[in-house]
Amino acid sequence: MSELLLPPEHRYAKIIKEQLNEDGNELSILNLGPTHPATHGIFQNILLMDGERILDAEPTIGYIHRAFEKIAENRPFYQITPLTDRMNYCSSPINNMGWWMTLEKLLGIEVPKRAQYLRVIVMELARITDHLICNSILGVDTGAYTGFLYVFQFREKVYEIYEEICGARLTTNMGRIGGFERDWSPEAFRKLDIFLEEFPVAWKEFENLFERNRIFIDRTVNVGAISAEKAMAYGFTGPNLRAAGIDYDVRVAQPYSSYEDFDFKVPVGKSGDTYDRFCVRNAEVWESLSIIRQALDKMPEGNEYHAEVPDYYLPPKEDVYNNMESLIYHFKIVMGEVPVPVAEIYHPVEGGNGEIGFYLVTDGSRTPYRLHFRRPCFIYYQAYPEMIKGALLSDAIVILSSLNVIAGELDA
Amino acid sequence: MALENTAIQEKLVSTFGDDVFNFQQERDIFSLEINANNNTAIILFLKNDPELRFHFLTDLCGIHYPENPADRQFAVIYHMHNWYENKRIRIKAFLNGENPEIKTLSTIFLTSNWMERETYDFFGINFIGHPQLKRILNMDEMISFPMRKEFPMEDGGRTDKDDRFFGRTVDNC
Amino acid sequence: MSDSKVNMVAPPEGVVGEGFFATKLNDVVGLARANSLWPLPFATSCCGIEFMATMASHYDLARFGSERVSFSPRQADMLLVMGTISKKMAPILRQVYEQMSEPRWVIAVGACASSGGIFDTYSVLQGIDKVIPVDVYVPGCPPRPEQIVDGVMKLQELVKTESVRRRSSPEYQELLASYNIK
Repeated sequence: MSELLLPPEHRYAKIIKEQLNEDGNELSILNLGPTHPATHGIFQNILLMDGERILDAEPTIGYIHRAFEKIAENRPFYQITPLTDRMNYCSSPINNMGWWMTLEKLLGIEVPKRAQYLRVIVMELARITDHLICNSILGVDTGAYTGFLYVFQFREKVYEIYEEICGARLTTNMGRIGGFERDWSPEAFRKLDIFLEEFPVAWKEFENLFERNRIFIDRTVNVGAISAEKAMAYGFTGPNLRAAGIDYDVRVAQPYSSYEDFDFKVPVGKSGDTYDRFCVRNAEVWESLSIIRQALDKMPEGNEYHAEVPDYYLPPKEDVYNNMESLIYHFKIVMGEVPVPVAEIYHPVEGGNGEIGFYLVTDGSRTPYRLHFRRPCFIYYQAYPEMIKGALLSDAIVILSSLNVIAGELDA
Repeated sequence: MALENTAIQEKLVSTFGDDVFNFQQERDIFSLEINANNNTAIILFLKNDPELRFHFLTDLCGIHYPENPADRQFAVIYHMHNWYENKRIRIKAFLNGENPEIKTLSTIFLTSNWMERETYDFFGINFIGHPQLKRILNMDEMISFPMRKEFPMEDGGRTDKDDRFFGRTVDNC
Repeated sequence: MSDSKVNMVAPPEGVVGEGFFATKLNDVVGLARANSLWPLPFATSCCGIEFMATMASHYDLARFGSERVSFSPRQADMLLVMGTISKKMAPILRQVYEQMSEPRWVIAVGACASSGGIFDTYSVLQGIDKVIPVDVYVPGCPPRPEQIVDGVMKLQELVKTESVRRRSSPEYQELLASYNIK
């Protein structure tokens, strides 16, 4: 059977012809993906198997390559947020904010404190939803569907908050250069308060369900472990690196959007295995909740939600119709006649999966000359074949979901 | 205590002489240009020197400059990061347009393997010594290098976008 | 008097008498098919996350007879294509469609599956109807779960009224032939 799947010149095809395992049985080839239901996205791995054990793997990616970087070169700066949304769609607000901050760094715009705090709140909400998906799906893959059904209703609550802020649920396209497009409604804050009250109870229950669960521990401890050195060599960042024991977090190393004002811990694991990744993400959810509470407490008075930068910030629609000056600004922004400095900018933010970097090269025109996204998923997924070597097939699935590889971010 | 730009510059210049040049602070990142032929030695030095310790390759990407002179049409940009001192550095290596090639970093940083494949896929930059230099995101059969400026974003072969429906005819455009 | 909230599907038109109910075979088959559509989620990107929300507790697609998400194409009735299909992916989508047994229906969920969406690029297939026939298109980028549910309900309407002979009709064969599907 295996010969049918692979061209005869493939190296695995040769191996299974020539090699036998220790017991003298034949090796086999298994094609996992690209539409395997358990892989949550489209990843293809050709596995060389000895019974249930994986000897070697060869990943193929690019099944949803959408050419973000090429599109970005053909779009004005403010039209690139929709692309960032669709990169890591589990935590799109972080990507949106990262992109606006890149532009603000380029243009030298200072965002008011209140807008920065609002951004922190929405970014931490995004981090919560991202980790929530990853951990609950990890539960599904180890056989616990309940956790997923239970906590997913809170994801809906977060979506409702997003809807109050920007009108969209998943691909938020939130914010503008210098802040937000509108102030948050009182309803948004009310829903946030309810979320902060109800979610910790459910999350605690979710944690209790898993963290001391015999089956879950058996399935995850010492599965897919990666050492700190290896993780660094493979360019891991974010929760997956922290699970291996290195406390690198962009929010601390290079604070943006006033993260330095908040007091939070960077949880780290020890062995870098699946269980540690799960626990690090769980702990990060608690830290995120604490950051949101601090931001709400420290929120400056007033209703400032964007910087006063008429050159880049679209004026309100009624002013455009009734006010000459606003009309001119509107026209200039939309037609791309606002001068942009020629520069090279790299701006990192701590995304749900690690350091999302925006490397922007401008040439003074209305579109980027080159925009490169540092996509954490793309970078650490290359360690996957090594992590699953020697593991069982069912472990490979668990490792993949604990790495939280998002296909949209992987393939760009 | 902190790693100063001047210290990095002095160290590099004293070791590599003319192969490193054009040092400047670009906004918040110190950047320099290197001679592409010597990239592995310089990056290995940056990684292993006990004072510099740029041990983490954050990012690697290519850029196409069709307007530049023939020997500077492509660039490979490395972003490295020193976590001990929290210092970032940007390294640019310019390549010629005819036959862009540069040595691979995949023996120095495991992570550069796919990043180089992606750069090859997008720009056709040949990474000498790369263990598996083939397309990663696009189909193997593809012949163009889509991120080069001369290639259009849209698929030329598509049929559903009829110019007549957008008010564009041969006569008026 | 019952306070149960269970909604029963109304029986098709027919003649009721004591101990018998006579109606058309078409209607009975349509009724049965429409209320037990087993979905095959072909989720590639963002819309897949919204489909997860659709399946989860809040929206619960199971209310429409789609409790069992069939990941095997052989046992699925309704292919839900969610997310961008790149040119690299297109042959695989087609293969999955070919593996499904008749009768099979396809919903293109989201702008990308319907038309390529915002990704008008060299690598993206401009709508899945270039490779397989589609029954229902759901707009949105991504569509809300309500829209996905609405798409499924629209498909149920189609299924209910479909003739049992449609799949062997020459028109249908012609449609498949135009996609080069055997």
